[in-house]
Parts: sequence; C-alpha cells; structure tokens
Amino acid sequence: MKFTLSWLREHLDTAATVDQVVEAMTMAGLEVEHVDDPGARLADFSVARIVEAVQHPNADRLRVCQVETVDGRKEIVCGAPNARAGLTTIYAPIGACIPANGVVLEARPVRGVVSNGMLCSAAELQTAEESDGILELDGELAVGTPAAKALGLEEVIDFEVTPNRPDWLGVDGVARDLAAAGLGTLRIPAIAPVAGTFPCPVEIRLDDSGACPAFAGRLIRGVRNGPSPDWLQQKLQSIGLRPISALVDITNLITFDRARPLHVYDAGRLAGSWIEARLGREGESVEALDGKTYAAGPEICVIGDASGALGLGGVMGGASTGCSETTTDVFIESAWFDPIRIAQTGRTLGIASDAQYRFARGVDPESLLPGLELATRLILDICGGEPSEAILAGQAPARPAPFAFDRGYVEALSGLSLDRGRIDSILAALGFGLEGDLVAPPSWRRDVEGRADLVEEVARIAGYGALPSTPLPPAPQAPGGVLTVRQARMRTARRALAAAGYAEAVTWSFMKRETAERFGGGAPELVLSNPIAADLDCMRPSILPNLIEAAGRNARRGFPDAALFEIGPIYRGDQPGDQSAVIAAVLAPHAPRRWDGRTEDALFTLKGDLEALLAELSAPPLQTVQGASAPWWSPGRSARLQMGPKTVAVEFGEIHPAILKAMDVAEPVYGFEIHLDVLPEPRRRAVKTRPAFQPSPLMPLSRDFAFLLPEGVQAGDLVRPILAADKALITGARIFDVYQGGGVPEGFRSVAVEVQVQPQDRTLTDADIEALSARIVAAAEKATGARLRG
Amino acid sequence: MTDIAALESDNLARIDGAADLAALDEARVSILGKSGNVTLLARTLGSVSLEERKTLGPQINQMRDRLTARIEARKAELEAAELEARLIAERVDLSLPAPPRRRGGVHPTMQVMDEMIAVFADMGFGVAEGPDIETDFNNFTALNFPPKHPAREMHDTFFLPPDASGERKVLRTHTSPVQVRVMHRTNEKLPGWIASGQEPPIRIIVPGRTFRQDSDQTHTPMFHQIEGLVIDKGIHMGHLKWTLETFIARFFETDRVTTRFRPHHFPFTEPSAEMDVQCDRSGGEVKIGEGADWLEILGCGMVHPNVLRNCGLDPDVWQGFAFGCGVDRLGVLKYGMPDLRDMFAADVRWLAHYGFSAFAAPNSASGLS
Repeated sequence: MKFTLSWLREHLDTAATVDQVVEAMTMAGLEVEHVDDPGARLADFSVARIVEAVQHPNADRLRVCQVETVDGRKEIVCGAPNARAGLTTIYAPIGACIPANGVVLEARPVRGVVSNGMLCSAAELQTAEESDGILELDGELAVGTPAAKALGLEEVIDFEVTPNRPDWLGVDGVARDLAAAGLGTLRIPAIAPVAGTFPCPVEIRLDDSGACPAFAGRLIRGVRNGPSPDWLQQKLQSIGLRPISALVDITNLITFDRARPLHVYDAGRLAGSWIEARLGREGESVEALDGKTYAAGPEICVIGDASGALGLGGVMGGASTGCSETTTDVFIESAWFDPIRIAQTGRTLGIASDAQYRFARGVDPESLLPGLELATRLILDICGGEPSEAILAGQAPARPAPFAFDRGYVEALSGLSLDRGRIDSILAALGFGLEGDLVAPPSWRRDVEGRADLVEEVARIAGYGALPSTPLPPAPQAPGGVLTVRQARMRTARRALAAAGYAEAVTWSFMKRETAERFGGGAPELVLSNPIAADLDCMRPSILPNLIEAAGRNARRGFPDAALFEIGPIYRGDQPGDQSAVIAAVLAPHAPRRWDGRTEDALFTLKGDLEALLAELSAPPLQTVQGASAPWWSPGRSARLQMGPKTVAVEFGEIHPAILKAMDVAEPVYGFEIHLDVLPEPRRRAVKTRPAFQPSPLMPLSRDFAFLLPEGVQAGDLVRPILAADKALITGARIFDVYQGGGVPEGFRSVAVEVQVQPQDRTLTDADIEALSARIVAAAEKATGARLRG
Repeated sequence: MTDIAALESDNLARIDGAADLAALDEARVSILGKSGNVTLLARTLGSVSLEERKTLGPQINQMRDRLTARIEARKAELEAAELEARLIAERVDLSLPAPPRRRGGVHPTMQVMDEMIAVFADMGFGVAEGPDIETDFNNFTALNFPPKHPAREMHDTFFLPPDASGERKVLRTHTSPVQVRVMHRTNEKLPGWIASGQEPPIRIIVPGRTFRQDSDQTHTPMFHQIEGLVIDKGIHMGHLKWTLETFIARFFETDRVTTRFRPHHFPFTEPSAEMDVQCDRSGGEVKIGEGADWLEILGCGMVHPNVLRNCGLDPDVWQGFAFGCGVDRLGVLKYGMPDLRDMFAADVRWLAHYGFSAFAAPNSASGLS
C-alpha cells in the first residue's frame, strides 16, 4: 500500500515530516517497506529558463539554446521541437544521471556545438510514461527550484499491510491510527448523501449463496466520461497508478482513499433491466477488463445480467460493460463479497487486483452506501449527469458485538501500567465504542474478537517502547541438564564425528523421487504436491543419497576427498511415527599420496570411526550380519549391525557401484547410517558413583590361537564364543592374522586370535592355562566349526 | 723395582687416549689382563720381602682400583659419544608430512542451535521436538489461522498429496505446531521424542527444520527455527521482552546490541510483536551493534487465547508468550555468511571455512563461540 504525505494530510491534520510519519507508522505496527524519494532521485535537476533558441548551424532538427540555470547561463543543444525562448523547463547539469536511461551527461560537442547540459522531458525524468518534447512549466517558477518541487513530486511511503488490517488499505485508515498515536487530528469529512431524481431503473438481484450478501447501486444518466482532471490524475500517478478515464479513476481513488472498491458499468451495454450477483455456472466464462477470458464455474461469484455472466464479482469487471469515452449512463456497484471466496477466486484464477486484495481481507461492511454516495458526488462534480435513487439489496454482515473489557487486563497481559482514561482514549481514537465496561469494535475492525485484541490496540498505540523488562520468575533447574538422552546423543555424535575428521553437512529433507526410490523410498504419500524444484520433490528415506551427491559435486569442483556427515530426520511415511533420526556419514577417500608408500584402507577406517562412535553412544554389543544388505550397498562389502535377528541398528559398507554410476559419482564411496531411534537408551542413573576400582595385582598374559575356519564363516564370529569361554579370566580377543594359501587346506582360512587373560586370585599354572586353552578351542569349534591349526 | 707412579701415569694416559671402545678394551687387556703390566707387577710381589710387600701390595691394589674406575668412566664416555654419533647419523627428516588426517567440523547452523540451547537452558528452558510433516490442524488451525484465511497464503506452504479423507499433510512452515503438541493432550500413540501434552507451567524451546516454498539469497525452501514457549500464571509482555533482550545479549556476546519491539500481526499471538536489532547497513553488509538502521530478527507475542483454548488450557488461568526466530539467519548475522543457500550445499570448502571445531561446544563457562 502506497500513499504520499499530502494525501495523508487530507485525512490527518499534522505538521509531521515524512520521517516522523514513517517512525510513527513503524511503532504502531504499520511496517514501512521503503520510502521512494523523487527529491533524492532528481536532486541534480532544477528549473531553468530558455533565454534564446536559435537553429543549430549543422542540424535541421536541433536548436542551440541560451539557458538561465542554477549554474548561470549555459549553452545547451536541444532536439525538442518545443525548445523556444521564454520556456521554463528542467535542466540537467553535466555529471547528472538521466533516470530513464542511466546515461551520465558529459560536455560533448553535438554536431560541432558543445552542449553544457540537457533540457529534459517528463519521460526522461520518469515522471510520465511518454512525453512529447521537453517539460513546459509555469513561468512563475524561480530558476534553480528543485525539479521534484517544481513538478509537485512527493515522497511515496510504501508499507506492508498485515492481513488483519484491511482498513489500512485506505489512506483514511492509516490516518486514524496515526491520529490515535498522537501524530495529528483525524479528518474524515462526512459524506453527504446525494438525493436521486428518479427511481433506479436497474434492479439488483442476489442469490442465496452468501457469495455477495449485500449490493448497493445507482444509475447516473447523462455523464461525460473523459480524462479526469489534473488533480485526480496526479494523485493516482503519485502512487504509481495509471489514470484511465474519469469514471474509472474515481473508483480507484475511493479504493485507495477509503479501502472501498467500487465498480462502474456502462449501463447502455447492460442487457435487460437487472443486474445480479450469483455463483457462476458450469461452463460459464467471463472476458475480464484485462482482456483475458476466465472460466467462472460454480465456485466463483459472478456479476451477470440478462445476457449472462459479465464480470468476476469483487475481483475484476468485464470487458463488455466497461466504461469508455462514449459512456453516457453509468451504473455504480458498491457491494460486499465473502472474503474467503474472493481469496480462493484470486488463487484459482491467478488474479490479484486492488479490489480482490481488499475484498479478500474484508472491506468495511458499513461502507456500501457511504462509498456509493462519495462516488456519486465525485461523478456529478467531474462528469455531470443526473443520479437515480440509491438502492441496496441484501444485508452486509453486522459489526462485531460489544463485549466486556476489564481494563486491568491491559496490565496483566502487557505489563504496561496505564490508567483507565488513557486506555479509553486510545480505544476511542481508534473508533471503538465505549459504554461502561463494554467495548464495541468499529465496523471496519472485524479482526477484533476479544480482550487480548484490545490489549494489543492499547499497547501498540501507547508504544511498545514503554514495555517493562521483567525477569522471568526463577524456574527449578533440571538437575541432570535439560536435554533428553536422544538429544544429548545427537550432540555427542556431532562432536565425535567432527573430531574424527568428518565435516558436518545439513542437506534438504527432500530429494529427487527417482533417487529416493533407489534408496528404498519414494512412496506416493511422500511426494510433494508443489515442490520448489522437480529434483526436490520427495521426502528423503535416507540421508546417504544427499551426502553421496554432495561428494560428487565436490569432486566435480576439484575436491574429491570428502568425509561428510549429517544428523537429521528421514521419513518412511507421513505419520509422526514414520519420522526417525539417523546419523549418516560418507567417506569418498581420495587422500593425498604418502611418501612412505602406505595407503589408507578406507573401508576399515570408516568401520573404526563407526565403532568409536557407537562406543561414545553407549550402544550395546551388536551383531555383524553380512549378505543381507539393502540393494544400494555393495553386496560383498557391506554389513548390518543388528540387535537380534531382525532389528537393524546400523548399515555400513561400500555403496553399490551401479548406484554411484547412476548418481554420476566416482567409486568408491563408503558410508554408514545409524538408526538412532533403534539403539536402546542407556539408563540415566540417579547414583553417579561408580563401582570401586580394583586392579588385579597379577600380571595379565596373552596366548595366540590359529584356527582353521571354514570358508563362509565370518572371522569376527570367533570372537564372541572365545570371550564367553571363560568370562572371569578372558578379558579380550582380537584377530591379528588372516591367511589363505600354502599350508591351509582348501575351503578354510587360517585366522589367528590373540586372547588376553587376566588371572584373578592366583597365578595360573601350566595346567590351568592348558585347561583354559582347551575351553577356548572347544568354544570356537562349537560356535563356528573352526579347528585349531596343527 | 718398577716406578709405580710412572706406570700408573703411563696407563692413565693410554686409557684416556683410547679413541674408541675397541682401543679402550685393548688398553684394558694390556693393563689389567692376564699379562697386563699391572697384573705382572702384582705377580712380582711374591719375590719381594715381607716388609716391602706390606707397602707395595696396597699401593698396587689401589692403583688397580683407580685404573679400573678410570676404564669404566672412559667406557661410559665413549659409549655416550658413540650413541650420539649413531643418533646423529640416523637422522629422520621431520619436515616430511605425517599421514594425512581429515579435519572435520560442526555445521554453523548446528553450532548456532547449540549456542541458543545453551543460553535458554541457563534460563530454565527444556528442549521439545515435533515432526516435520504436520497436520493442517497443528500447523494452522490450532494456531488460530482460520481455514482459507489469507494469512495462510503468507506461509508458502509445501503440501503432501491428499489422503483418503481428502486431508493434506503439510511440511511445517514454522516450529509453532510444537507449541500445540506441547500443550495439547491427545490419545495419539507417538514415539517418545515427540512432545505431547504437558501440564503448565511450561518453559520450552523447539529447535527444528521448517519449510517454505521460497528460494533466494535470504530464503531457502528448508530452514531452521527455534520456537520458545512460556506458559504460566501472570506472565506478561515484560517477561517476553526481558527474555529476548537477555537472549540477544548473550547470543551476540555483547551488551552493545540495542533492540526494539514493534507491533506486528501473527494469528497465534495477541498482542504480537517483531523484534529488531540495531545495525549498520552502509557498507553493503549488515553489522550488528552499530549504526542507525534496524533489522528484524524474530517474531513474538502473547499466546493467543484461542490457541490456549484450542489446546485445552483456560486463558483465564494461564497465559504466556511465544517467539520464533530463524536459526540460519541468526547464524548469518553473527558469523557473516553472504548467501543463505550455501548453508545447505555441503561444499567442503564452505564447511571448512564456516564450520566449528568439534571441541567448541557452546557453554556458559567458556563462552558460546
């Protein structure tokens, strides 16, 4: 919404400057977006007078002018046909930038004569769309007067209207709030009804859909429509509107002045003796004033006559009945349309007209007749004619009912200590009716429905600057910290992975559906109806694809070595329980070559990082299951870590080369995904003391065992039975050698395990150790079929 | 009789003159060995008188002890020198690089979230969460957005396809639906991490992902918000103002930041406000804590009585405030990233440049950043 200071002053008696108005608006909740200052834009330009204009010696269409300017007398070459002695116009000095084309003036010869500046047209100053020759100004203007002042250009205040305040879509509504805020005295002249001289010959009919519950109108006969007077044209132009014709300009003026949209029909082009507001019919369409044809089905409110639908009610008039220079009889519509239907129509048809914008937010239901009378007055003044009686069909919604308001609630809710007199004067200034404890919202404030709304009115006008700063009452601090175990685990994982060399990424929750499908997702209920881009249309089933793609993007930029992680949501369905948290990481190893010739075994680097992370997360012991991975993993080089036979806590390994190829990412990429919500949470213990530290005084010892393990059995499966062979004595078991070849029978691998033994209460004898070894070998054999290698 | 003193001095000279351990050993053998000069000398004692033996014997023994000690000392000296020489010869070029190690880091958005959580935890706020895919009821209706109201349009909502009953889930456009989940008791069976129906007093923040159909330098279709909610008896706007002023001062780690509250409109708060921070925009970039300009950083207000009612709380008993601010945006203001879209592009150079050390966990003892 835009307005100028002079327009505001028609409704607000004030000496405030633009800056003061902007500040007062901001602090009253009218968010000023920007102030366009033509004075600043045209600062270099000023009034000048041509003293002499002679034919250019070398060019028929140019004149050489002697010009009296703010910089003294200047010789200026001018091509405008109206450049003549005595003309008062606008001068641009050397160095000025012409708004229309951005050219900076230089002192250059034009066909051999140096032009020391330029005389300007309205188009060059961007004060008109087109112009014929240089500006012709009032001869009384003093040379040197700033151009903006000479042209009557004013600063334009542009502000954002929140959806609750349609009354701010008229300058009078802005003035009312500013008056309440103390910036001046409100001036909204009373509208005197115009008596009709004959009954309105056009009948108004309404259907019972509620789309248009009230419709006022009247006919004016014998008008002369043409360009509107200068004051009206300038007023509309000052806020960027294009003057069309007097009748249309009058409706636009009232739309912006009073937030009251109107429509004028060329009554001579109406068919029959009635006009109606009703819902559209299947197959009906309307050719609107913008020249486009819109389908106007049963969801849309149309205005019709005997010939059918003419216009889109409350949105845009029809081309067939629009007013033109030949219009002599005009029918004025002042109606009230259902805001929700108008909002929907705007969305459905993609129309955002000034009328649609206002009706969608709610026009003052008591403005039908005043708006009609104001339009009548202006039409009679500008276009002449003879008015019929005004008629009103239907009934607009009633204003909100008065309700009780305990003034003490202002302080209770806002903390502002204001006396009743101040509270009531603010409410009265905003148009609220006060009677005892009852408060009656004005008809244009359909947003006010309760006492909290009144507190806001009082507080914003009293000024939020006066709000106290009151410390919150002390709250009992959670003794164990505020984070849940789950939240704390995510935080731990973040810091642990960052410390392990992975860079944290945050990637979109959505991805290409095709990619989602590759990673087990892509269900139809997770495909967005209105994605921001075609490749971001599906909620992600996994974080891995995003990280893999990121590794690919980085590689294409010349940074192929990527270790990335993300902790965030994945979506398996559209129910709250379908969202879960995962910790995902990828490693695309392209580490620099090493001078010692050694290389990183990245798959096991990743496994080590994963295990360290699981330890930080206090994960329980997990079982490594190979050969059952999802299809995006490389079958032989990936595994699941499970709790029991079904619950998958972690998937890790190498990403399938076919998937990488499809995603245009170079091999290899390793990754893991931890399903955080699957890992059981360690209990938070109330007692923080730990069991006493009791180191054994006896030396630990270690023994090596080489097993022949049948092919197909995981080497790692040896560890758990060995540990279980004697839980008191055996403290560790770790594979240190795997060998296949000479000396190892076909179908077997040699797997060597170092077993750590901690004697408990006495030193072990050779016999003890032998017995223990036998138990270890037996346990290994029973669990895996391994034999001790002879 | 040999001159003992001369012999000793001659022997000492040979020990001291031994250039290496082999020469020293040679000297030892020639002095103390089976036919060494001191051994031979001691053997002559058998052929001298008892008188002489009594004086010569101890002299020779003492000399032998001194020579032995001197040999040991020289041996230690030579060994040390030899070790030193070997170590010098075995020099490792330590200018060679160590095995490469990747340097990881924490994403600035997550760092900023941790910072904000640290500040609010100190003020007694817990952390609540809710799902990203929400019902229309929780995202809009319960928050006093009337159905089909233009206020909904301002949210540029992402929709999922309608289900069998015609209802469409949305990607939450703000973290505010978690307000509803925190206050509203339902019988819905939900995973434990999702907030559900808590009795007042309530004091929580809600960090999380939010989504709007918007993309330019300062908007991304996914972004992060932190919502705050305080519900108690007697909470008013003054408490809101103090809480946010305190938060801003701690978050920006300066008391130079000037803030102001400005009326605004949100359907779910009444009265509503936006908070601006003073800033300078003159150099093309925004600088906090100086200048004469204002920058909007968050929206807030007193929880609308309709929202309380929709959540089953009596607005005549309970009142409180809520606020919501953009985490990424606050990160941009504090740490100066020029384009919000880069936040989610996972460019390793950007992550290295704007990321944080794993060990920089924000806390009130060592400071936030």
